[in-house]
Amino acid sequence: MRLTSFEDRRREQRLVATRALVAGVLVLIGLCLLALRLLHLQVDRHDHFSVLSKDNRVKVQPVPPSRGLIYDASGVVLADNHPTFSLEITIEKVADLAGTIDELARLVPIDANDRARFERLKRQRMRFQGVPIRLNMTPEEVARFAVDGHRFPAVDVRAELIRTYPLGESTAHVLGYVGRINEREMTLIDTSNYAGTHFIGKGGLEKAHEDVLHGRVGYQQVEVNARGRILRTLESTPPTPGQDLSLYLDMALQQEAINALGERRGAVVAIDPRDGGVLAMVSKPSYNPNLFVEGISQTDYNALLHSIDKPLFDRAARGQYPPGSTVKPFIALGGLATGFTTARKTTHCSGAFSLPGQSHRFRCWRKGGHGTVNLERAIVESCDVYFYSLANQMGIDRLHGFLSQFGFGARTGVDVAGELPGLLPSREWKQRVRKQPWYPGETLIVGIGQGSFLATPLQLAAATATMANRGHFIQPRLARASRFPGADTESEFPRVSRDVEVGDARYWDNVIDAMSQVVESPRGTAKRIRSPDYRIAGKTGTSQVFTIGQKQTYNAAKIPERMRDHALFVAFAPVEDPRIAVAVLVENGGHGGSDAAPVARRVMDVYLGGSTLLPTDATGDGGSDGD
Amino acid sequence: MAAAMATKTISARLDQDAETAKLGLLQRIHLDAPLLLALLALCGFGLLVVYSAGDRNPLIVERQLARMGIAFVLMFAIAQVPPLILRRWSFALYLLGVAMLVAVLLFGDIGKGAQRWLDLGVVRFQPSELLKLAVPMAAAWLLSIRPLPPRPGWILLAIILTLIPVLLIAKQPDLGTSLLVASAGALVLFVAGLSWWMILALASVVAAIAPVVWLFMHDYQRARVLTFLDPESDPLGTGYHIIQSQIAIGSGGISGKGWLNGTQSHLEFLPERHTDFIFAVIGEEFGFAGILALLALYLFIILRGLVIVARARDNYGRLLAGGLILVFFVYVFVNTGMVTGLLPVVGVPLPLISYGGTSMVTLMIGFGMIMAVETHKKPVRP
Repeated sequence: MRLTSFEDRRREQRLVATRALVAGVLVLIGLCLLALRLLHLQVDRHDHFSVLSKDNRVKVQPVPPSRGLIYDASGVVLADNHPTFSLEITIEKVADLAGTIDELARLVPIDANDRARFERLKRQRMRFQGVPIRLNMTPEEVARFAVDGHRFPAVDVRAELIRTYPLGESTAHVLGYVGRINEREMTLIDTSNYAGTHFIGKGGLEKAHEDVLHGRVGYQQVEVNARGRILRTLESTPPTPGQDLSLYLDMALQQEAINALGERRGAVVAIDPRDGGVLAMVSKPSYNPNLFVEGISQTDYNALLHSIDKPLFDRAARGQYPPGSTVKPFIALGGLATGFTTARKTTHCSGAFSLPGQSHRFRCWRKGGHGTVNLERAIVESCDVYFYSLANQMGIDRLHGFLSQFGFGARTGVDVAGELPGLLPSREWKQRVRKQPWYPGETLIVGIGQGSFLATPLQLAAATATMANRGHFIQPRLARASRFPGADTESEFPRVSRDVEVGDARYWDNVIDAMSQVVESPRGTAKRIRSPDYRIAGKTGTSQVFTIGQKQTYNAAKIPERMRDHALFVAFAPVEDPRIAVAVLVENGGHGGSDAAPVARRVMDVYLGGSTLLPTDATGDGGSDGD
Repeated sequence: MAAAMATKTISARLDQDAETAKLGLLQRIHLDAPLLLALLALCGFGLLVVYSAGDRNPLIVERQLARMGIAFVLMFAIAQVPPLILRRWSFALYLLGVAMLVAVLLFGDIGKGAQRWLDLGVVRFQPSELLKLAVPMAAAWLLSIRPLPPRPGWILLAIILTLIPVLLIAKQPDLGTSLLVASAGALVLFVAGLSWWMILALASVVAAIAPVVWLFMHDYQRARVLTFLDPESDPLGTGYHIIQSQIAIGSGGISGKGWLNGTQSHLEFLPERHTDFIFAVIGEEFGFAGILALLALYLFIILRGLVIVARARDNYGRLLAGGLILVFFVYVFVNTGMVTGLLPVVGVPLPLISYGGTSMVTLMIGFGMIMAVETHKKPVRP
C-alpha cells in the first residue's frame, strides 16, 4: 500500500461514506418496492388469493347414493349390492396408458380378460370417469397397491357396491340389469344427480324404476393436499339412498313356471286379477344377468346374441305372437255386447266358411265340422266357423273397438322397460302401414286370432285377468311398494284401472261358464288339467309360426321343430273368486291343451294350494285342440 | 487547520473510548452488538418458520440449529482476525477458489443436474460458496492498492478478476450463485467510488450482452425466465412455483393464517417451502405485518453494515464490508423478488431463514468479517 496523504484519506472516507449513503437509499427503495408488491398481493388481492387457496385445498366430491334393493312378495332378495374393490384408471390423466397398465400388472395380476374389458369400457366411458382395469381385488392386492400407489397418480382403488342378482337366470328378464352408464345414456339423465354413480338400469324393472332405485346424490367438501389425498371432510350433504322395491312377484310361482317350461322355449305370465300384481313373469331360455353388470365379454355376448334360442329375448313382454284361439272368449263377449250373437244363437259348422260370392273357403280346424254350434260349444270346442261368422257380422271396426278395451294392441304399461304393444289390426292401421284397404276376409282371420293380430303373453294375461274381473282392467304391475332403507312405512304405487262395459252382467257368465267348460267338459280342449281342488276357466290356442329372425342356415335337423305352431293357453282360477290369471306360451309347442295348459295348472296349484298331481299323461289325441 | 483536525481526532477518540466503555466485553471480543442482536433475532425467527415449513419435524429444526451454531462459531472466529491479515490472504484465497472451480468442472460430482460439488474425501464442498467471500475480498484487496476512486486500468482488472469465477460458476451451471458472485465484484466497485458515467456504461454493456447470455442459457434457465414473464402459460410446470407462492402470500392477508396454520404450505401445494420459497410461508402464516417486521429486521442489519462501512478506517475494510453487506441485500431482494413474482425464479435462499447449511455458513463468515472491520480499529494518528 502506497502511503497516502491525510487529505487523500479524508477524501476516500467521504467518498465511501457517500456511496454507503447512496447504497442505503437504494436498499430502502428496493425494500419499499418489495413492501408495495406485498401490499398489492396481501391487501389488494387478498380476497382473490384466498379463494384460490381455498379452491386448492377444498374439493367438492359427489357421494353416490346406494341403489335400492329389490325383494319378491315374501321378502326374498332379488337384487342386492355387493361391496367390491376395483382398480380404476382415469385415462385423461395418463400420458402413457399402455405403459401404466404394464407397470400395474407387475403389482396386481391383470389378465387378458381384464385388458379386453378395459378396452371395451374405455370406449363408452364418461370423460374423467375412471375405467376399471381390475375388478374384485383381494384385500391383499388392495394393500399391495396402497404401498406403491403413489407411483400411479391416475390410478385409484375404488370401493364400490356392485349389483348382484342372487337368483340369476330366474329373474333376468323381469329385473333387467344395471351396467356402466354409456355416452348415449349420459344425454338422457340428470348428470349432476349421477355425478358419483357409475351404473344405471339397462332393462326390465331396473330401468323402469331407475328414478326410485337410484336416489339422490350427496356431496361432501373435503380437504385435499397437493397430491390429491383426502385429509378430512369439512362438510357433507349425505345422499338420499335409492328406495327398496317390494314386488308382487312370488319366487315360488316364478320357479314353478320355470320348472314347468323345462327345456322348452316359452313364456309364462301370472297376474293376480284383484290388484293387477304380476305374480310370475318367465321367459325361457334365460341368461345370467350378473355377466352384464361389469360388462360382458364379447365372446359371451356374441354367444348369447346369436344363439338360436334367443336367450336375451324377453318373450313375456316383448314376444309378439298371434294369440290364436285364446281371443275367442273375448270375441264372443264382444258379440254378446254388440248384439250380434246370444247365448242361444247357433251357427252351422260344416268344416269351412265362405264369404258370400267368394269361393275362398276358410276352414275350421276340424275337417268334418262341428255341426250346430252355440256360443258355449264354440268356445269349448274352439269352433272356427262360429267365429268366422261372428267376426264377419261384427266387422273389423267393432272387433277392434271391443278388443282394444282388454288392452290388445297397446302396451299394458307394466313397469318393465321395453314392453312391446303387439298389434290389433284395424282399417286405419292397414291404410297407414300397408297403404291398402281392409278386406272382409281379414276380419275372419282376426276372429280366430291369426294373421297380423299379435299379442304378447303379458297382454294375454292382463286380458284374462280383466275377464276374471268381469271387466275391471287393472294395469299389471311388478312393483307393489317402495320403501327407504330402514324406514317403517312404505308407499304403494298407485293402481291404474278402467272398466270394460258389456251392457249385461250375464254376458260375463255366458263366456266364463264356457271357459270353465273348456277345462271341465269331457269335450273341452283343456280337460286334462281339470283340478279336483278348484275350478279353472281357460282357453287353449295355437299360434301359427311366424319367424322371430330365424335364418335358414340353421341346423337343418331343428328346422322342422321350429316350424311347428306355438302352443298357447290362458286361464284363471278359481272361477267363483278369481285369484290368479295365467297366460302360457310354448314356442313350437304344438297344442295349447296338451303342452301349454299343464304349465298353467302347475303355477295355479302352487298359488292356490292345489294338489300338484296332474291327471296321467295325455290320452293320445283324446283332447281336441283349437284350430 | 491542523488544530481543528486535532480536535476532531481527539473527539473521535473520545467517542471510541465511550463506545468501548459502553460495550465493554463484546467490543473486546470483536463482536458488534447491534448486528449480533439483529442476527440472533433473524435466526430465531428463521427457526420458527423452518419448524412450520418443515411440517414440525424436530429433526429439521435440530439440524438447522446445529448449522446455526457452527455458523456463529465461525463468525466469532473470523471476527477475531484483523482485516489486515485477511487482506494479506485475500488473493491467495481467490486463487485457491478459482483452482477449485476448475477442479469441479473437471472431476466434480453431479447433483441435481449440475456439477457443483467437490468431494474432498472428508467433506463434500461447493467451491462456488467460497468465491462468494473470495471475490469481494480479492476485489477489495485489488482496489485498495491504490487510492480511491480507482483508475480505469484497475477497474478493468477488478472486472476480469470477478468475471473469471463468474463464468466458471455459470458453466456448472449455477445461475443464482454466479449472479451473486458477479454482484459482489460489482458492488465492491460501486463502494470504491466507480464514477456514475462508468456505472451507466457498464450497465449498458450488460444490457447489450444479455441476448448473448440467452443464447448460452440452458433450457431450464430459459424456461424460468419465460415463466417469470408469464406464469399462467405453464401453470402446472415451471409456472407452478410462482403461482402457488403468490397464492400463499396473497391468502395470508394482513395478519396471516397463523403460525403452523398455512394451508398452502402444510398441504404441500407450495414447493420448496422450507428452502427457497420459505418467504411465501412467512407471508401466508404471518401476513403483511409479519413480512414488514422481517423486512425491517433486514433493513436494520443492512443499514448497520453501511454505518460500519462509512466508519471504517481503511479502504480494504470499507470495500470488503461494503461488498459483503450489499451482497446480503442482493440475497434478500433476489429471493423475495422471486417468491413474490417480481423477478424470475433463481435458486437463491432467503438469507439466514431458509433451511440449509452452506449459505448460512458463508453469510455468517461474511458478518464475522464485517464485525472485524468494525472492531479492529487502531486509533488514527495524524
